[in-house]
Amino acid sequence: MSSFANATYAVFRREFEGYFATPLAYVFIVIFLLAMGSFTFYFGQFYDSGRAELGTFFGFHPWLYLFLIPAISMRLWAEEQKTGTIELLLTLPISVGSAVVGKFLAAWAFAGLALLLTFPMWLTVNYLGSPDNGVIVASYFGSWLMAGGYLAIGSAISALTNNQVIAFVITVVVSFMFTIAGHDLVLNFFQAWAPLAIVNAVSSFSFLTHFAAIMDGVIDLRDLIFFGSLIAVFLYINVVIIDLKRAG
Amino acid sequence: MAGPRNSPVFLGKIAPHSMIEIEGLVRRFGDLTAVGGISLRVAKGEVLGFLGPNGAGKSTTMKMITGYLAPSEGRITVCGHDVVEEPFQAQTAIGYLPEGAPAYPDMTPVQFLSFIARVRGLTDAAAKKAIETAVARTGLQGVLDQRIETLSKGFKRRVGLAQAILHNPPVLIMDEPTDGLDPNQKQAVRNLIRAMSPEKAIIISTHILEEVDAVCSRAVIIDKGRIVADGTPAELLAKSPTKRLDDVFRALTTADAEIKVESAS
Repeated sequence: MSSFANATYAVFRREFEGYFATPLAYVFIVIFLLAMGSFTFYFGQFYDSGRAELGTFFGFHPWLYLFLIPAISMRLWAEEQKTGTIELLLTLPISVGSAVVGKFLAAWAFAGLALLLTFPMWLTVNYLGSPDNGVIVASYFGSWLMAGGYLAIGSAISALTNNQVIAFVITVVVSFMFTIAGHDLVLNFFQAWAPLAIVNAVSSFSFLTHFAAIMDGVIDLRDLIFFGSLIAVFLYINVVIIDLKRAG
Repeated sequence: MAGPRNSPVFLGKIAPHSMIEIEGLVRRFGDLTAVGGISLRVAKGEVLGFLGPNGAGKSTTMKMITGYLAPSEGRITVCGHDVVEEPFQAQTAIGYLPEGAPAYPDMTPVQFLSFIARVRGLTDAAAKKAIETAVARTGLQGVLDQRIETLSKGFKRRVGLAQAILHNPPVLIMDEPTDGLDPNQKQAVRNLIRAMSPEKAIIISTHILEEVDAVCSRAVIIDKGRIVADGTPAELLAKSPTKRLDDVFRALTTADAEIKVESAS
């Protein structure tokens, strides 16, 4: 194993096990599942629709992620800076990049686990009717990819501060902008003065638009590239923020 | 190379091979100069005690040697590896106890040490042996499976020490290794440092002066980011008419306070 992979794996494992060393993981998963379920059944009127599909369930994901994902990401770097363990971590013979990637992957895997635990929804809908399971699998994958996008944003913001509450609030605000970038509310504001190219560029950053495309059951390469490069860019920003704090 | 690099003479005797070499080290934070040009060499077998008032630049210097902070100017080599150019090689050679002995509070000592071993690339067998040795040397046997956040201050510090010596590094940098320990624990840590010293180059920072006498072969007093004295504890004592290290320390580092008293009278 290369030293980058070895260090990334060591950080990943510590971080992932760390979730389960405290009640954090269990509290998060319970709230995540309760929120997912109640939104789908109560607000989404899952039964009333009379259709065997999970569109309403997935439709709420961006809005739930907006508040739940920053709760995972806020501690990633803020806590290391608060307790001083960042000094320990970064004086070990590992690159900042491997630490950033290891932590991100642990958070992403944890989010993925929480998402997988919503499988009773999938069982329910299959019991009630015969949904298009291909669409459901694509939607799960797209939802997880989108969660990665929110997490990468949150991880970079967490590196800016040693205060988890500040990290949470700023992440929610920034994530909100990315979520609704394709909404008329935002686009009207830009249309008033900006050229069409800029309006289109802003609109193309919308999580809602890209996720909606995947939810239709079509995994388009462009949507994969969008979330993939967004994650890469924010993790790079994360590394730069940490390096700047140590620069002479 | 010319200059001080070719003159391995200090303290009037020929220095053995230097394991830590620091030249013209400067660190600025905005307008504040925390370290203002420090040059030092530390050889195998030496225990160098960094002395100085709070804010003198001791911790900042240690953070630069270990590669946590980048120097504004100057260069540092550890076992022949430039800390900025070859950070991994240098960091592999260093064991570091940061100020306050930070450790992940939700882990147990054995989990924590396993994590450090894994990051340092030790094989499972080597890690097991290294952890056993480090645990035995720091007396952690009784608390291996308790979460670090539940440990007393003395045990937390020992966890930090165990982490620093885990890979048996040739260079040890320890920021206030005995801070917050009771007298018995202080003695145990000093004994540990003394026992390791023949095989390593060690830098410790402290503001406890008797510690210098107890474990250090050499004392460096820094004030406002500069070295104001460098010698064996005995040599420093000789400078004081009262033969007390306290007086040497005060005479060298409290110039400001004295000026204020004089101008007020």
